[in-house]
Amino acid sequence: MAEAVVQVQNLTKRFGTFTAVDGISFEIREGEILGLLGPNGAGKTTTIHMLLGVITPTSGAIRVFGLPFDQHRETILNQVNFSSTYVSLPQALTVEENLRVAAGLYGLDRVSERIDDIVTRLEMQEFRSKLTRRLSSGQMTRLSLAKAFLSEPKVLFLDEPTASLDPDIAAKTRAMIQEIRRTTRMTVLYTSHNMREMEEMSDRIIFLQRGRIIAEGTADAIKAECGETDLEEVFLKFAREPEAPVHER
Amino acid sequence: MKFHRIAALLSRHLYLYKRSFPRVMEIIYWPFVDLVIWGFITLYLERFKGTMPSFVTFFLGALILWDVLFRAQQGITISFLEEVWSRNLMNLFASPLKPSEFLAATMLLSIAKVVTVSFVTVLAALFFYSFNVFLLGLSLVPFIVNLIVTGWCIGVLTTGLIMRYGQEVEVLAWGLVFLFQPISCVFYPMSVLPEWLRAIAWMNPAAHVFEGMRRVITTGGFPVQDLLWAMGLNALYLAALIFWFHRMFAVCKEKGLLVRVGE
Repeated sequence: MAEAVVQVQNLTKRFGTFTAVDGISFEIREGEILGLLGPNGAGKTTTIHMLLGVITPTSGAIRVFGLPFDQHRETILNQVNFSSTYVSLPQALTVEENLRVAAGLYGLDRVSERIDDIVTRLEMQEFRSKLTRRLSSGQMTRLSLAKAFLSEPKVLFLDEPTASLDPDIAAKTRAMIQEIRRTTRMTVLYTSHNMREMEEMSDRIIFLQRGRIIAEGTADAIKAECGETDLEEVFLKFAREPEAPVHER
Repeated sequence: MKFHRIAALLSRHLYLYKRSFPRVMEIIYWPFVDLVIWGFITLYLERFKGTMPSFVTFFLGALILWDVLFRAQQGITISFLEEVWSRNLMNLFASPLKPSEFLAATMLLSIAKVVTVSFVTVLAALFFYSFNVFLLGLSLVPFIVNLIVTGWCIGVLTTGLIMRYGQEVEVLAWGLVFLFQPISCVFYPMSVLPEWLRAIAWMNPAAHVFEGMRRVITTGGFPVQDLLWAMGLNALYLAALIFWFHRMFAVCKEKGLLVRVGE
């Protein structure tokens, strides 16, 4: 069995009296794509923010590559990247300028070569020199993904990466993520509200509700456990239950 | 024209003031600062009964030097706001970038801004008023360096406050520095101030810089004591504020504010 690259133990985040993430534990193995599923406010994004070190957990432990995150932030983040539909990049810079800044932040070598490569793979040639503010939302998403792939991270957090892409580019993006994962053994944490995409992409799925893990396993196992044939039905079932039961893990 | 639509728009703005102390303060703040500054300038000019020596040098020199401090502060604060406005903070701080590296970059940027702006103001002063700032001599250089450091101190303070309290206090980026102007004694000597305010001004490194500048102009000598005071206070404040900024950064990460500022 592959080694656990990301280990989360009893992770909790409280904002005052509100508990956003409530003692969750999980692992992501090398080369695995773990889907994080849950309704809005379930704690998915807060979990990713804690894994990226931009939110400090109230309690619990995060280890990446076997290293405690709080003591090895710089080493870990050099090999981690993310893309989120909800995070923008400087609008007054061109696509290429934004990628060059990102390359500098991660101390990358062969910058021009890497940019040429990622721009080609994500079919961004035609807007490579365009100002970011002039990009369509789909192009913006591709730029965010290009920024994430540029550093060739060992761990990648993708928060609804295909939310604003057309079906063609979305399919290509998914194929590219799968291809990179296959060739580099990249580890991915993936969130999406597209259930078909979740099934297609994820080796395993964790279902979060009110900050707690209420189901975990392969998409088929979760569907079987819930007596449903469709992941969307499972989602609706969990999301509409006022107090969903916590399934044994 | 319908009054209900005008009233709706009015209420839209008044709602903001109801919950925003910085917005209310801004209404009072600028007239107050203007009154204080021009009041002290008037008191100072009154001493000379209309025949003030080196009038142009005093005022244009002071204005150019004040701009050095202001741009140094803006270099830090506006750089941070640029990241807020473009919702880029997450990209920065989810990368290996450290807060200290962020500050170092903005400080270097502020030097570039100061050099560019100074070039323009110095040339404009020469062209329009035949005032050559370089006549003040090379002894002003260490004082200019100190003004940049004071600007950094105010910049770090302002940035920390915006990071902690969000865009609600964004006006501080342009306003806070002017709170220091009356006690920086830019256009008048410290002796013009009432005694209680003089004691506060003494703790402001910029006041020692401007006192030093006036001494350079009037005596031509090098005011070592003013320089040492400015350097000492700047070193103390900068160290304390960088420590405080890191503390604010940690608080923002605990409260989840770093990913929310700008929303």
